Amino acid sequence: MTTITRAVRANPPLAIGTLILACVLALTVLAPFLAPYGVAEQSILDRFQRPGVKHLLGTDQYGRDLLTRTLFGGRTALLLGLGAVALGLLLGVPIGLASGYAGGRTDEAVMRVVDAFLSFPALLMALMIVTALGASTAHALLAIGVASAPGIARIVRSQTLAVKHEEFVLAARAQGDSHAYIMFGEILPNLLPPIVIEASIRVGFAILASASLSFLGLGVQPPTADWGLMIREARQHIFLSPWPLLCPGLALALTIVGFNLFGDGVRDRLAGRA
Amino acid sequence: MAFYVARRTLSIALVLVLISLIVFVAIHVLPGSAATLILGEYATPESLRALERDMGLDRPFALQYAAWMGGVVTGDWGYSLAMKQPVTAIVGLRLRNSALLAVFALVAVALIAVPLGTLAALRRGRWLDLAILTGSYIGISVPEFVTGMVLILVLAGPSLHLFPTGDYAPLAAGLRPWLSHLVLPALTLTLVLLAHVVRQTRSGLVEVLQSAYVRTARLKGATERRIVVRHALRNGLLPAVTVIALDLGYLMGGIVVVEEVFAYPGMGRLILYAIQNRDVPLLQVSILLVAATYAVANFAADLAYAWLDPRIRYQ
Repeated sequence: MTTITRAVRANPPLAIGTLILACVLALTVLAPFLAPYGVAEQSILDRFQRPGVKHLLGTDQYGRDLLTRTLFGGRTALLLGLGAVALGLLLGVPIGLASGYAGGRTDEAVMRVVDAFLSFPALLMALMIVTALGASTAHALLAIGVASAPGIARIVRSQTLAVKHEEFVLAARAQGDSHAYIMFGEILPNLLPPIVIEASIRVGFAILASASLSFLGLGVQPPTADWGLMIREARQHIFLSPWPLLCPGLALALTIVGFNLFGDGVRDRLAGRA
Repeated sequence: MAFYVARRTLSIALVLVLISLIVFVAIHVLPGSAATLILGEYATPESLRALERDMGLDRPFALQYAAWMGGVVTGDWGYSLAMKQPVTAIVGLRLRNSALLAVFALVAVALIAVPLGTLAALRRGRWLDLAILTGSYIGISVPEFVTGMVLILVLAGPSLHLFPTGDYAPLAAGLRPWLSHLVLPALTLTLVLLAHVVRQTRSGLVEVLQSAYVRTARLKGATERRIVVRHALRNGLLPAVTVIALDLGYLMGGIVVVEEVFAYPGMGRLILYAIQNRDVPLLQVSILLVAATYAVANFAADLAYAWLDPRIRYQ
């Protein structure tokens, strides 16, 4: 049996998820070389073409090539998804870590505030932030990152509570290490598996949320290629030509399936070890 | 149980206050004050300041919050700048419309998801289980605006035209048009939520079916049907209660998108309208209402969970 079939057998979600993500990543990174047309290249005479020899996936309402725009749309999606989760980790991990480590009243107060933020549906939170700042790609990233921080803080805090009475933490304290060093140098490395699981599951959600914002006109602005925005623009014309909806829709669904499978696979793998 | 309820009530009250603070602060920092919005960009600074004073916008922040919160509690929800109507007059119908959509979707989810999840758990590892799991995976991963538009494309297109593509008909217009406008948006929400609940039911049941008491029941010769219905489902469904509650939050967000797709006049579209028109009083109250509904629903789910599982109360 080859290594590949063995990997698939051992953890099918991880293997299939990795495969999908590898394809998505390769296609988006190589987009400038693979794309047959320019991203913003319009050809009014070729509006609403069906898939064919000239345009493999057809064209949209401005005659722009759908294959090209779907490829480049992947760049926006990955940038927003990964960027937002990175921001969420940057905010959520220190908050959760410090709150759990401090314990007592401080922990109680911080967690109440986190609960209040968590009691906002995430998309509503993102909508509120985007409203306050104005609609743009950067603000969408910021909004989704901030909206995901409370959830991350909660997970990190509960994991910190589980670890902070372990002997290695007591030893570091007895040795006189600073609180900052104990938190980030001793406790944080032990929290990496749950953090990795949480992050990999959240990327799919962040991509979905950013596409939703763009679909509502509150995220990525035209003429940037973005799947949510492409679907927004396809909306008026779906009965004329379904392709401007189906191409980005399928790409979006496939990418999110990839991240969800990958996240579940990573969880099974890491949980199995712990 | 009484102590548990009291503790949770106190905590939900605190969370509600914090929510109102977050909403007020977030929307308070909106660029362009309400006065600019009313008088237009070319208003003189003097007239702007006069109006701001009239509206109380020059008062300290804490006072403004107190005045707003006092109004919300006593039923004075302010005046919508864009619709030129009291907010109370606008919100009622939308809230009812959204609630209707949510209830339809949740009932459909509960009726379909539990049997499907049970079936998957009983046929674990077989092709039926695999098919249900794959289906629910796709359900989770396809954004609701794609699902909704594909449904429009297939079921509301010129060729089939089984349902209208959007909008809303009041019940007064007849049962048929009323229902036909509800079907597609409710179906979209159902498809997305279904996946979550099916997965949770399946994994909850799989765990329980391997437990000692199910083996005992089997050894004493109980029928498979009795084992599943009397012993396994009762405990296996507990986690599904939490997931349905968590899904409510998703439903609240999803409802914004779905209402936009189907041009359905509910809270979600009202929030988008308020955002597009920078209508601060309307936006504050609508977001507060949705967030508060979610918080209260979560509270109810916690209580239901504690009632179903006594262990929770004593933690």
